[in-house]
Amino acid sequence: MKTESPLSVIQANGKANGYDPGLSKEELLHCYRTMLLVRAFDDTALKLQRSGRIGFSIPNKGIEATQVGAASALKKTDWLFPSYRDFGMALYHGVRAADMMNNMFGNAADSARGRQMPVHFSFTDPIHFFSISSPIGTHLPQAVGAAHAFKLRGESHVALVSFGDGGTSSLGFHSGMNFAAVWKSPVVFLCQNNGYAISCPIEEQTASDGFAIKAQAYGMPGVVVDGNDLLAVRKATMEAVERARKGGGPTLIEAKTFRMGGHSTSDDPSRYVPKELVAEWEKKDPVQRFEKFLQAKGIWTEKVRAELEASCKEEITAAVREAEATGQPPLETIFSDVYAELPPHLRRQGTEAFELARRKGDAAAGDGAFPL
Amino acid sequence: MPTLTLVQAVNDALKTAMRRDKSVLVFGEDVGPKGGVFLATEGLTTEFGKERCFDTPLSEDGIVGAAIGMAINGLRPVAEIQFQDFIFPAFDQIVSEAAKLRYRSGGQYTAPMVIRTPYGGGIRGGLYHSQSGEAYFCHTPGLKVVVPSTPHDAKGLLLASIEDPDPVLFLEPKALYRSIKEEVPEGHYTVDLGTLRGVREGKDCVVFCYGAMVPVAVKAAEQAAELGHEVRVVDLRTLLPLDEEGVLEHAKQVGRVVVLHEAPRFCGFGAEISAMIAENAIEYMDAPVVRVTGFDTPFPNTLEHHYLPDARRVLDAIERVMAY
Repeated sequence: MKTESPLSVIQANGKANGYDPGLSKEELLHCYRTMLLVRAFDDTALKLQRSGRIGFSIPNKGIEATQVGAASALKKTDWLFPSYRDFGMALYHGVRAADMMNNMFGNAADSARGRQMPVHFSFTDPIHFFSISSPIGTHLPQAVGAAHAFKLRGESHVALVSFGDGGTSSLGFHSGMNFAAVWKSPVVFLCQNNGYAISCPIEEQTASDGFAIKAQAYGMPGVVVDGNDLLAVRKATMEAVERARKGGGPTLIEAKTFRMGGHSTSDDPSRYVPKELVAEWEKKDPVQRFEKFLQAKGIWTEKVRAELEASCKEEITAAVREAEATGQPPLETIFSDVYAELPPHLRRQGTEAFELARRKGDAAAGDGAFPL
Repeated sequence: MPTLTLVQAVNDALKTAMRRDKSVLVFGEDVGPKGGVFLATEGLTTEFGKERCFDTPLSEDGIVGAAIGMAINGLRPVAEIQFQDFIFPAFDQIVSEAAKLRYRSGGQYTAPMVIRTPYGGGIRGGLYHSQSGEAYFCHTPGLKVVVPSTPHDAKGLLLASIEDPDPVLFLEPKALYRSIKEEVPEGHYTVDLGTLRGVREGKDCVVFCYGAMVPVAVKAAEQAAELGHEVRVVDLRTLLPLDEEGVLEHAKQVGRVVVLHEAPRFCGFGAEISAMIAENAIEYMDAPVVRVTGFDTPFPNTLEHHYLPDARRVLDAIERVMAY
């Protein structure tokens, strides 16, 4: 069977095709600004990486509407199980850019305490934005487990788990989708089909006609949306979230979008992405698409964009200033949080590390006494 | 005080934990109405309902992944992996996820959960129903690895594991599930993780062992006594974090050491004990440490009694250590 054409809401003329997103002017502008903020973050992160001030970043350009549209369907009491390319989901829900930047610098204020690579965020406030790991697909069954806990306690919260086209080939995709369907867990599976898994196009990932169709075999609804259409993503996610809240079980959403940058700052996509494809998607820019809608509603002008861009740039600049001014995590953070309590062998190893640092005159070790 | 087998003690611990704490859940393959392939979860679905003890689809990765999700969200999952040999699809979830979660999130997300699984040989299970994979997991910071050898310890250690704030891999010696019985206290008690147990006194030599090898060591020690050697037996019972101080103390007191496990030798747990003694207690040693282990081969079926260390092999090692 063939997949239906993607759900789309915002038309060429900016009209919403009769769909009311149920968002106030302020909320619409918040969605818009979040996309601009992601771009500002991306631009700055690239410059920081190229100038050697941070080691790594993940570009989000092209995916912003999927991130923000999906995030806008969640309440603060819902949980997000993000991929590493979901900056907009955190920012939409009010995670401070500075707190994300602390992770990019791996400094003492980083919630991961400098233990993870950049972009591996973890937050519990103002929303549960689950700690990101690098292995692909492991967070799908975890999201199902968290959602199952909601269900067992009779809570109506949902878990949204986000992953890429490559993630659908993972062990976790199968176990997560299957467990969620069998248990009727309140989970929304968001597959961001952005065309490539690092350098591998989707044809090398699956012989299916897209990804949403896979839902059918698991026994859950699968929908395809235009991932560059913020309102289409919002609409599909809202429907999936509502179904999950009411006990209707999981949904797989495939958001068709395109990664306009490399996989990471270490990647050169010109080696494998045809120029024509980039040019084609350039015309489908998700930010411009949403601007058309805002313009048709009479709340967008070039001036609005310029002002918001300036405020985003300012916010990111301040975030960098704050993060860069914060020192490295102390040496004991190598040994803490391995277990709830420090076991004797780690105390011994920590003491040895501190004594060596003292002997070698390493300032980071303070007075040479292991503090834990 | 009731007399229980080791598997009955596991069952008793699960019931005790579930009665005390509503957030404790038990799930895995065939653990529901059937009660598990070894009947470790017998009666749980009847007493606690299918919301608290239930069967899952056949996916170890899904079982452990879902357990992590439940654990970060306020539940206390006790997941069963039917045989330790089948745990490897979940290796990523255990090693990359559960064990690292507290560390990588700065303590924002933690996974207090237990993965119970029967391990080891002695049931003619061949390659895939006999293995002892503890060494893979002991190489994983953030994880705890526990191996009981008696009904009393099985209950107390399992209750301690369920109440522990960190993920615990609980390896149950299936060869001992029904071969030993002892009195087990009713109700709640715990045995502290990270503590070893002196099984038998002796001043000439010490055998460090755990799980199904403990009765083998005791038998060998009894035979050694007839030859005039007083052999001490120490059950490590928590492999990670290990009671290193306790190990060194026993090694220093006795000066002659045999390390015993059924897993393969190369990079096995015995290597860690040997290295620890070499690094910290070499001046107390009257003989080189001798390891008695499974062979560095896959686990055979028909000839498993030759593969598994028995009292004969342990006694031979004791005699070599004593003759040095």
